[in-house]
Amino acid sequence: MRLITHNMLSCNIKGVTNGFPLKIEAEKVIEKEVDFNPEFLRHMFAKIEWKALVEAARSLGYAELPEDSPDATAIESSVDDESLLKKLHHALLELHLEEGALVCPETGRKFPVNKGIPNMLLHEDEV
Amino acid sequence: MGPLGPLNGSFLTQLIRCNGRFNYTIIQPFSSSAHSLVSFRRPRRLLLDPLAFNLQWTVMSEMTSRTADIMRVSSHREVYEPCDDSFALVDALLADQTNLINHNPKLCMEIGCGSGYVITSLILLLKEKLPNVHYLATDTNPIAARVTNETLQAHGVSAEVVCTDIASCLEERLAGLVDVMVVNPPYVPTPEYEVGMEGIASAWAGGENGRSVIDRVLPVVDRLLSEKGWFYLVTLTSNYPSEICLVMRKRGYASRIVVQRSTEEENLIILKFWRDKDEEGVDKETSSESFMKQFSRSLSSFMEKQWR
Repeated sequence: MRLITHNMLSCNIKGVTNGFPLKIEAEKVIEKEVDFNPEFLRHMFAKIEWKALVEAARSLGYAELPEDSPDATAIESSVDDESLLKKLHHALLELHLEEGALVCPETGRKFPVNKGIPNMLLHEDEV
Repeated sequence: MGPLGPLNGSFLTQLIRCNGRFNYTIIQPFSSSAHSLVSFRRPRRLLLDPLAFNLQWTVMSEMTSRTADIMRVSSHREVYEPCDDSFALVDALLADQTNLINHNPKLCMEIGCGSGYVITSLILLLKEKLPNVHYLATDTNPIAARVTNETLQAHGVSAEVVCTDIASCLEERLAGLVDVMVVNPPYVPTPEYEVGMEGIASAWAGGENGRSVIDRVLPVVDRLLSEKGWFYLVTLTSNYPSEICLVMRKRGYASRIVVQRSTEEENLIILKFWRDKDEEGVDKETSSESFMKQFSRSLSSFMEKQWR
């Protein structure tokens, strides 16, 4: 599971109002190189919850992202910000949570991640 | 339908492979719906003369790299293996390949990825021209999610796979981001209690008219699709596809039939939907009837083409 996916996942147990972002408990993290594509990153940037990404990257051992969300215009005209985009690229697309768990911030319910696949299925009494 | 009409290259490729591999696949008929599934897996009649076969063979070898290779699709007894419906869906994507490339999607998604055959084929179809598309696939069956990952890996491509019911854990944050959605739902009409059972039954049990899951999927897809989003859906005539089009029309979508294919007992229809500004202004109640007529006209013209 890449962090771009983590940024889109929330816990939807019935009654939970604050199921995002899921905390990450990492057991095994792998890195896979992906072609750098600024166009895609700019497209996704508006949709990314920055703080959730920073926190998630940190829990996978990557602490290079700036704490505060970069200015959207800085991302748009990213000649100076190539390095920032590269960091975003690495965090969003190259880091994989292979084994571990995602934890609902409200209920503490754990969703296992095995072989890179988060299992978000709910029990009957959670739907 | 491609220039070869009903003997469309990719379909034939898969058909031959399907026959080669599945001829002796027997599923225990542990439920009424399993019978329908078995019928799906029965080979279609092959009407080939040797000359035509050579032609098909050439087409076939050219096609192999463009869709997933059936021999490299991973399998498990609890996961639905690619068959007529999967091949028809991939043929629809193949028929629309140029449009898809011009559409330039950033994010493509499949709900109910099963063996991974369809999402892998979609990636292979777009990869050369659009190397940077992001792909997501979900399945409610954890084994299917794992098998999909194996199929992707066997083809050297990647997608994010999430195990969830339809897309429930993604609905909120992914809304409005999906440019291409592909769904081969459990569409076989079955007793309602079979819907959502664990394992392979979840791949086909569709409840009354095979619509239970389809009707839950439609609003989710509407929510996830981007403004320019496209949606491909596998249906049977017994799912009342014209009614499905009407439901989507009320949500502002235009539709068309991309592929129609008759197997021995079932009639598959692959529908494509897209947001159409004009659809919103239409007087929806009074025009339903003429819409139904129009749909059945276009369906019969498709069927005529197939048998010609």
